Amino acid sequence: MAAVTTSAERSLNKLAIVGVLIVTIIFLAPIYWIASTAFKPRNLATTIPPTVVFQPEISPFVKLFTKRSQLRTAPTPEQYAAAPWWERLVFDGGEKVVRSGRGEVQWSGYPSRFMNSLIVAITSTILAVGMGTFTAYGFSRFKIKGEQDLLFFILSTRMLPPVVVAIPMFLMYRAVGLNDTHWGLIILYTAFNLSFSVWLMKGFMDEIPKEYEEAALVDGYTRMEAFFKIVLPEAATGIAATAVFCFITAWNEYAFALIMTNRRAQTAPPFIPSQVGSGLPDWTVIAAGTFLFLLPVAIFTFLLRNHLLRGMSFGAIRK
Amino acid sequence: MTQIELRGVQKFFGAVQVIKDLNLKIDDNEFIVLLGQSGCGKTTTLRAIAGLETIDGGDVLIDGKPVQHLKAADRDIAMVFQSFSLYPHMSVYENIAFPLRAMRKSRAEIDGEVRSVAKVLQINDLLGKKPSALSGGDMQRVAIGRALVRRPKAMLMDEPIGALDAKLREEMRAEIKRLHIKQGSTTIYVTHDQIEAMSLADRIVIMHEGVLQQVGSPSEVYKHPANLFVAQFVGSPVMNVANAAVTMNGSGARVTVNGAAEGFLFPAELVGQLDAASAGQDRLALGIRPEGVMVSREPADGYLPVEAHIIEPLGSYDIVDLKVGTQMLRARTRSGFVGKAGVQVFARLDPAQAHFFDTASGNSLGVRL
Repeated sequence: MAAVTTSAERSLNKLAIVGVLIVTIIFLAPIYWIASTAFKPRNLATTIPPTVVFQPEISPFVKLFTKRSQLRTAPTPEQYAAAPWWERLVFDGGEKVVRSGRGEVQWSGYPSRFMNSLIVAITSTILAVGMGTFTAYGFSRFKIKGEQDLLFFILSTRMLPPVVVAIPMFLMYRAVGLNDTHWGLIILYTAFNLSFSVWLMKGFMDEIPKEYEEAALVDGYTRMEAFFKIVLPEAATGIAATAVFCFITAWNEYAFALIMTNRRAQTAPPFIPSQVGSGLPDWTVIAAGTFLFLLPVAIFTFLLRNHLLRGMSFGAIRK
Repeated sequence: MTQIELRGVQKFFGAVQVIKDLNLKIDDNEFIVLLGQSGCGKTTTLRAIAGLETIDGGDVLIDGKPVQHLKAADRDIAMVFQSFSLYPHMSVYENIAFPLRAMRKSRAEIDGEVRSVAKVLQINDLLGKKPSALSGGDMQRVAIGRALVRRPKAMLMDEPIGALDAKLREEMRAEIKRLHIKQGSTTIYVTHDQIEAMSLADRIVIMHEGVLQQVGSPSEVYKHPANLFVAQFVGSPVMNVANAAVTMNGSGARVTVNGAAEGFLFPAELVGQLDAASAGQDRLALGIRPEGVMVSREPADGYLPVEAHIIEPLGSYDIVDLKVGTQMLRARTRSGFVGKAGVQVFARLDPAQAHFFDTASGNSLGVRL
């Protein structure tokens, strides 16, 4: 920071801070709105003007996780008293929880869709980052014939808007039986992310001085050992950053999930809006689903924040 | 007992030949310095010995066995890099223990050896630190410790102190010498700094454009350079080199440098020796180091009048540029010996320190007076 600032600079600084605040508010407003709606009573979700102060409720989450149907007749006081606290919340909303013949509570479609999202996003991230790291190491360290052309080819797979190939992909998937399967989505998302992962990791690998591995090679290790003991720990920052981006892409993907899956392997993004159309839309439930859907990415990014921020090589090489 | 031998080693990078038919034999316990400008092939030679670079022809032998097909890991050689290459995610202890772990030694053995090396290098109190917390000198000590710890057959050092500042470099130079005397391992050291080379080496190997120019002890290389490149590369300030003509004059020879009116007096044997070396008059160069140019303030027998041009006071001595004909000859004098630039002084060349070169081939004519 400059030691001496003029008054013009000071007011410019203040202006900049105000600008940053405004942009931050614009970006955070929808997240705030989703989060607050997720805890609102249903009748306050769509009021005009919007309700800002309210008694938060957990009922949208109860409804999110349970299968419900409209109440034709109000529950008897005995029924109401016998019900657990969360079922009463559903009664209060004019609905009842659907139970099986043996009285077991029926889950809604959300938990399994959420699990599907986790399975698909985590697996495809591991595959894309893993393969990308190896590929990038190869490109970074060895002389490869047509290296530039190959790298461009890898990048070119991202030049087409993916939806353009949705129909042929769907037909291919149906032909080989990959539609509505976890592996189908995993393969698809891995392919999406791979080019990105290779290019990003190539940049990080190039930053790691090759003397590190050479030192390990001379010290008696094989190249594979040197890769795992030296290069991977050094590349941790890059791997973390790449993983966050790959995870977000796979986690948020909507179009292919909508086309390729419908039940067994459906992920949360196509499921959440599909709830709008059934009966009257309950915006609080949709907000609750969206809010929970935001959490894994937020947690994942938060856990890796140190790696995302820390500089690449901090100190042990003199240049 | 480790001997390293290079036999007819060739190395190409694409169409460029970076090592040209290199032959060199290094004895057990010898401290060899590869000296040359950047791009002369010295580092490539070192990396070829280490196994980090393949060679395109010839043999690399360690203890008589060809190793050019062995991986770096199987050659039992340690290397210290210019960048030190300490693993940033490991502590100093882990860095030093790393080569021992490759040998699958027991925990107790590793601990003992790491601590004994740390003691030798006086870095015991740094063992728990990360490399990023170390000073340049300490990083270098750790890098040397990592190389020494498994008692390799030979130590290779690629400009290990090139990244340090001048004062630390001098300290470290002394420390490397002390270590070598104490540990006594065959060492090959690469540098472009001729002072480092002179002070450390048992023998210096001078390379230029991939070709070995001369191998010899520091004093041999300094006193009897094999060619013009070595003559001008070794020694600071640089050796004076001037085109010269030799004529017989009465009982002695006269050596006249470019455009000078008069020649310096030399013993008569010079002519005989030049004839024996079949030197051509028109391609003769005289080389003389600044300390071989004698300066007097008064006229004296055998001294020629010259003009002092520039004086560089360097503390313990001065370097004075003398104008002789169209040529400048740099002389080394006591400090303050020549009062100021522009005065006339008298100079003579010490025949014992004069060198004669064939300007066409660059080779020394081997004249010794």
